[in-house]
Amino acid sequence: MTEREKDVLTGTETTGHEWDGIKELNTPLPRWWLWTFYGTIVFAIVYTVLYPAWPLISSATSGVLGYSSRAELDKELEEAKVAQGAMLTKVASTPVAEILNDPDLTRFARAGGQSLFKVYCSQCHGTGAAGAKGYPNLNDDEWIWGGSIDQIATTITYGARVTGVDETHFNLMPSFGKDAILTPDQISTVAREVASFSGIEGGQSTPEGQQLFTDNCVACHGENGQGNIELGGPSLNDKVWLYEGSLTGIETQLQSPRHGVMPAWGVRLGDTAVKELAIYVHGLGGGQ
Amino acid sequence: MAVDAPIAERYDVEPVNSPKRRQKLYEPRKKIFPKRANGNFRKFKWLVMLVTLSIYYITPWLRWDRGPFAPDQAVLVDMVNRRFYFFFIEIWPQEFYYVAGMLVMAGVGLFLVTSTVGRAWCGYACPQTVWVDLFLVVERAIEGDRNARIKLEAAPWSMDKITKRVSKHAIWLIIGVLTGGAWIFYFADAPTLLREVVSLQAPLVAYATIGILTATTYTFGGLLREQVCTYMCPWPRIQGAMLDEYSLTVTYNDWRGEPRTRHAKKAIAEGKPVGDCVDCNACVVVCPMGIDIRDGQQLECITCALCIDACDDVMTKLGKERGLISYTTLNDYNANMALAQGADGRIEPARVRDSITGKFVEAICHTTWRSIIRPRTIVYFIGWSAIGLAMLTVLALRSPLSLNVLHDRNPVYVELRDGSIRNGFDVKVLNMTPQPRDVELRIEGLPGAHLSLAESDGEVIGAIPLTLAPDKVAPLRLYVRVEPDYLPHATTPFNIVVTSTDGTATRTAAANFEVPERERERD
Repeated sequence: MTEREKDVLTGTETTGHEWDGIKELNTPLPRWWLWTFYGTIVFAIVYTVLYPAWPLISSATSGVLGYSSRAELDKELEEAKVAQGAMLTKVASTPVAEILNDPDLTRFARAGGQSLFKVYCSQCHGTGAAGAKGYPNLNDDEWIWGGSIDQIATTITYGARVTGVDETHFNLMPSFGKDAILTPDQISTVAREVASFSGIEGGQSTPEGQQLFTDNCVACHGENGQGNIELGGPSLNDKVWLYEGSLTGIETQLQSPRHGVMPAWGVRLGDTAVKELAIYVHGLGGGQ
Repeated sequence: MAVDAPIAERYDVEPVNSPKRRQKLYEPRKKIFPKRANGNFRKFKWLVMLVTLSIYYITPWLRWDRGPFAPDQAVLVDMVNRRFYFFFIEIWPQEFYYVAGMLVMAGVGLFLVTSTVGRAWCGYACPQTVWVDLFLVVERAIEGDRNARIKLEAAPWSMDKITKRVSKHAIWLIIGVLTGGAWIFYFADAPTLLREVVSLQAPLVAYATIGILTATTYTFGGLLREQVCTYMCPWPRIQGAMLDEYSLTVTYNDWRGEPRTRHAKKAIAEGKPVGDCVDCNACVVVCPMGIDIRDGQQLECITCALCIDACDDVMTKLGKERGLISYTTLNDYNANMALAQGADGRIEPARVRDSITGKFVEAICHTTWRSIIRPRTIVYFIGWSAIGLAMLTVLALRSPLSLNVLHDRNPVYVELRDGSIRNGFDVKVLNMTPQPRDVELRIEGLPGAHLSLAESDGEVIGAIPLTLAPDKVAPLRLYVRVEPDYLPHATTPFNIVVTSTDGTATRTAAANFEVPERERERD
């Protein structure tokens, strides 16, 4: 097309298309619109020069300003650490039992402990610290190694049955059945005896049972099966059971005991983190 | 000469949107020089301006004593502490529905006002209208009325013109600063903030707000003016859609005005029909939108009614009835037009006037206040007042004590050594008064339950006494323990209750006591 058609009435060029006798005016863009459009092009060019933009094979152009969102995140994390610094220092320098006397510090430590718990502890103890079979529930009032704030901190620091850590909580229950220390009949008798302490179905106290319990169990579990925190002998006279609170469960444990292991977190997380965790666990409702 | 002389002074002006001339697609703004109007509507507008500006500027400085634990500013939007104070009312963020209710009322109120009195918001109460009026006052005071301003605009730059222009814009900017300045006082203690602003110690956001509002006030009120209404504001479109044939609009009554003539005596002498309009353009020169109302209803018209004032003035001078331009409904206008038009569609003044007395014939419809009462407006009014009454009722019955309870999700229950079951709850007690408050926390409907708070030692069977800090939320960890003998065999609903010690307020929250699966199976 060599010559554009002009609309007579408006004096504006038409696009040259025609549909059913209707022609479209080729109205120019408003100037402000056009300049805004040019402006965005200029902005885009400037932006791609200043900031990371063009994708390459394994990375992208880095931009003259050297901006990176990862570096910004690192910077923000650093700032957050600095902001928490004063409180963290205070947690580090205060004995764990004394932290509880300071409500603000307790709140800070508990919040930190909660997030640490989710990362390091929830795999075994559950996100709500309700435990599972073989993994103690930390909400209740049964504590194998003690439920005071200091005892909880010690347990977290050194763990249980950790090889190579001298201070770790350690005990082993004999395999009364597997190692033939007791006969199957005796195991059944003493299991019924233990079950009778807390009224478990099938439980029955007998003179033979009492004798067997005194000879084999009292040393660790106490005279009435009340447990022994020093040795880590769980109490047998309550409703909280680590494995299974039934006659079969008790018999199974007598036959071939299971021994849980807990890592020594002190080395891995450091003193401050352990304090925060202890404050959190202690505050779940069962702390003593 | 005597026969040919115009009866009233005639103004040389052309409306900005004249249909007689084809508009260019992109045309620079035609500057408007509104002449000062005098009359009842102008007086009413001065009054509205005084009232609205006073409310805006004075409100943040009103004091309201709320005691030592809350601010004493009557109207305060406290962003930092997330509180809104309005005289005796204090709103917390979760009560934002009051604001939603106000917005719904504003919406329905707009329907109501528009369907009755047309675009009254635009013409009288809109901040754009009020501030443009204020800026025009300044402009007139410095540069004079219409003719003087046109002359000054056309004049070459001189010392006089520079002085006038500089002082006008300076005063406009000062008004802008004061406008932005007044706004920030709604968001902080006004006297304190004023001291900080003056001594350059206020937060940056305060200065930024003043700066932005100064810029918008100056630009919208001084430079853009009618273009804000015509091109930027969506309201003319929406309001136009809400008008109906019973709504009051500013109307040029063609049926008595046409045929208009500047040379009435000559026309009469020639025996031609003559309407009341003398084509003096007084209605056009006073129009802040720069339009000619005689072209009919237009999107640009904000119904400020200044043309009514101008025309009434002329009509009075000519000894004719006022109301050639008037607030009229489309219905009445159409009826009168039908009466006035002859068979060929031309308006014949003889049809509306009694040839002997010169008065209007009886059949002419005069709009009365009755036009505003009709089913549509009644429905709007009922809707509007129903929302208002509902909000007032909720506000009156609102308790300044509030209780939220959330049952622990994980673990749902905890079994203890003695076989008791313990359930944990996150309890939040809200003291929404600016005073400390003594309350008791207890439960109902769960026999054999012991209560304890994680924050304190010891269990109780009855009520736990608490002292709530003023205007704060108290977050509590509540443990409810039920001994084995009392254990229910199913999820048991019960109530957690908080009562103020003085007995004035009680709040109850429903909760459930959860038991292990084995307890459920015992039945």
